[in-house]
Amino acid sequence: MDVFFQQVVSGLATGGIYGSLALALVMIYQATDVVNYAQGEMAMFSTYLAWSMMNAGLPYWVAFFATLALAFVGGLVIERVIIRPVENAPVLTIVIVCIGLLVILNSIAGWIYSYVIQPFPSPFPSTPIRIGSVIFGPHDLGAIGVTFVMLLLLYCFFRFTSLGLAMRAAAQNPASSRLVGIRVGWMLGLGWGLAALVGAVAGMMVAPVIFLEPNMMSGILIYAFASATLGGFTSPGGAVVGGFLVGVIENLAGTYISFIGTDLKLTVALALIIVVLVVKPSGLFGRAVVRRV
Amino acid sequence: METAGAGEPVARAAALAPVTARGWKLVGLLALLAVACLLPFTLSGFRLFQFTQVFVYAIALLGLNMLTGYNGQISLGHGAFYAIGAYTTAIMIDRWSVPYGWTIPVAGALCLLVGFLFGIPALRLEGLYLALATFALALAVPQILKHFDGWTGGSQGIVLSRPGPPFGLRLSADQWLYFLSLGILLVLFVLAWNLLRGRTGRAMVAIRDNPIAAAAMGVNTALYKSLTFGVSAAYTGVAGALSALVVAFVAPDTFNVFLSITLLVGIVVGGLASISGALFGALFIQFVPNYAQDISKAAPWAIFGVVLIGVMYVMPYGVGGAVRLLSRRLARARAGTGPRRARLPE
Amino acid sequence: MAPLLEAQALEAHYGWTKVLHGISFAVEEGGITTILGANGAGKTTTLRAVCGMVRTAGDVRFDGQRIAGKPTEDRVRLGIAHAPEGRGTFVNLTVEENLRLGAYARREKGGVAGDFERIYQYFPVLKERRRQAGGTLSGGEQQMLAIARALMLRPRLLLLDEPSLGLAPLIVREIFRIVQTINREEGVSVLLVEQNATMALSLADRAYLLETGRVVVSGPAAELRQNESVRRSYLGY
Repeated sequence: MDVFFQQVVSGLATGGIYGSLALALVMIYQATDVVNYAQGEMAMFSTYLAWSMMNAGLPYWVAFFATLALAFVGGLVIERVIIRPVENAPVLTIVIVCIGLLVILNSIAGWIYSYVIQPFPSPFPSTPIRIGSVIFGPHDLGAIGVTFVMLLLLYCFFRFTSLGLAMRAAAQNPASSRLVGIRVGWMLGLGWGLAALVGAVAGMMVAPVIFLEPNMMSGILIYAFASATLGGFTSPGGAVVGGFLVGVIENLAGTYISFIGTDLKLTVALALIIVVLVVKPSGLFGRAVVRRV
Repeated sequence: METAGAGEPVARAAALAPVTARGWKLVGLLALLAVACLLPFTLSGFRLFQFTQVFVYAIALLGLNMLTGYNGQISLGHGAFYAIGAYTTAIMIDRWSVPYGWTIPVAGALCLLVGFLFGIPALRLEGLYLALATFALALAVPQILKHFDGWTGGSQGIVLSRPGPPFGLRLSADQWLYFLSLGILLVLFVLAWNLLRGRTGRAMVAIRDNPIAAAAMGVNTALYKSLTFGVSAAYTGVAGALSALVVAFVAPDTFNVFLSITLLVGIVVGGLASISGALFGALFIQFVPNYAQDISKAAPWAIFGVVLIGVMYVMPYGVGGAVRLLSRRLARARAGTGPRRARLPE
Repeated sequence: MAPLLEAQALEAHYGWTKVLHGISFAVEEGGITTILGANGAGKTTTLRAVCGMVRTAGDVRFDGQRIAGKPTEDRVRLGIAHAPEGRGTFVNLTVEENLRLGAYARREKGGVAGDFERIYQYFPVLKERRRQAGGTLSGGEQQMLAIARALMLRPRLLLLDEPSLGLAPLIVREIFRIVQTINREEGVSVLLVEQNATMALSLADRAYLLETGRVVVSGPAAELRQNESVRRSYLGY
């Protein structure tokens, strides 16, 4: 039973990270109908930036928030400069551009930082926390906490500020948004900026666990896809809940189903995606898209 | 009274123009073929290997283009079929000493079946979701290959020896594989061309452009989509089988997500819904990464990515699409000016 | 006095097809101008051209300044509000959020709360449904929402695209009455595009009749109402 609780908490921690990345994916998808395949690499690159800053002597939280700012600007610039020229091109073209971005970021990270696996510090104390007979890792709990705070702030931003409202409007109905004076292009840029910021948080929370290297996010990306699929690509809240579910399922399956072990964990995610897409493509919380003929 | 006005010479020229255009096209193709047959006797081993690999990629791209370009089903996981084809060949030769010639059709048939079966649940997935599912597949392939190491030889992979030419022909192994690949490419090319030009092709395109209307017109959408998946997988599987022979080695990490990405890049750069585009695309994905490596030892994929994005900006419909646009403009110029009709984008 | 909105030789294209062939019209400050015509005459395109949603050639001036070539968002900031064809409701946002968005482009944000009250007085049903999603409103209510949202901008010029389309006559009368009130009491100029000629002519000062992208008749609305040949050929009575 203790093992169960530990796995659940640990699953919630990684689940929070999957959910964050999934949220970033869904935010961009809702605004632009584009799945940003480069989301993971953007997060990875941001994490490396944080690492560089810490190596240069900056304290953790200074580097953390500086990275968030850089990630935000980076996401904004990428959307305005790289995505904008192909905004109205066929979907496949935009997919290719995102994949091109993935490849560029991965390659440049490998070039600047090499492929050597590096440790990444955690801001939370390392002594395990004991509740009853169950032991929890502080980083896990800390990661869950950070995720919650970030999601809460995002929720308040979108729900209660006029800029957040404008972004929601621009994502749902660009034509009508223009008619009320919203600069839709800049809203898209802001959307990408926020998504990049969320991705950076995810990257910095997961790096202490899986270690920092240029290919670290590809596995996380597939889990994020699984989370977004499970929760529903049209539902940001669903993506987050999906993330927690996937994290817990992944851990429990790895622990209790012996032939899966660590080898086939990605395959579990793949199977989950396929099953959900075949049984209920709109996910648990998504809205089925009804197309008018 | 009838008057033969200025319209007549223009009409006559227009009637001649397509015949002459087709004639020129044929001459051009034959010339290319002649050059292709001479190449193996003038190039060094490595260059020859590269061109052979171009043919192999072209076959794979034909397959993927059928599915994504003509039929509109986006697949980011075709590397999986390439892997199945390659490992089928490798396992059959290594374990059961099957003559290599038989492994190729078997690989194709196996992939046809697997592709068709995969196509059935894929029927329920639209664009984005299918792309996702196939992307997940691509990411998972190396893990799956490593896991079943009893069959696949695990991370070490399987080493093969390159087959020599049959009938005692005086060719090196490199040259034989070149001609074998070229021959298979030509056969599959003609097959694809026939398929896509006829009813099947039109049905596929109809399903891509407006699936509901296609179904309303009596096209069995489900059957065509699954079949297209199967045939597309078969082509890519044959390419994978050939590549196992050409490279003489298979290992799980070769068939990672970057392979699927490379194939997708190939059809987009070469031109969606364009058969000749398969060759352009294959040339691109074979040679550009090498040049990228020349430019920057450290970050070759970065250059690749930049070129990729650049091509998308300049030619969103790929090289094949650009060539078609150009030839259409030339044809219109030759036929003289007529009333400007509203032109719909492809 | 120069008109508030003036178009000269305005052309518009969808792709290669030319839809407006050089039309000219004007809206006086504080006046109501209506553009009439059958389906496909180019009425909606005219409004889109004023807003910058379609490719145009020719001259469009607002308050004396050239606005042709400016993006839609900038034109809105000059004080042009458009209640578009199809209502343009943000279906997944609440009525209140829809209205709030109407005020997004305003420079002076003070008084938004007061404006909400005013709008709710004109359209009490919107106040009842203010927390409902925009997409759950009926056609007539969505039309009211579209006009209300446009009014939240405190615009100088209101563009209305076929407000009567698909609505019961009683509701249409109500909406037109409200538009008249807004015009009289707040001085908002109106450019009204309509198929329902009778209602439009009873409301407007000036009228233009469009036929396949050209102005065929124009003049004071009262004259068009009286003119028998116009009535018979174009207005069907």
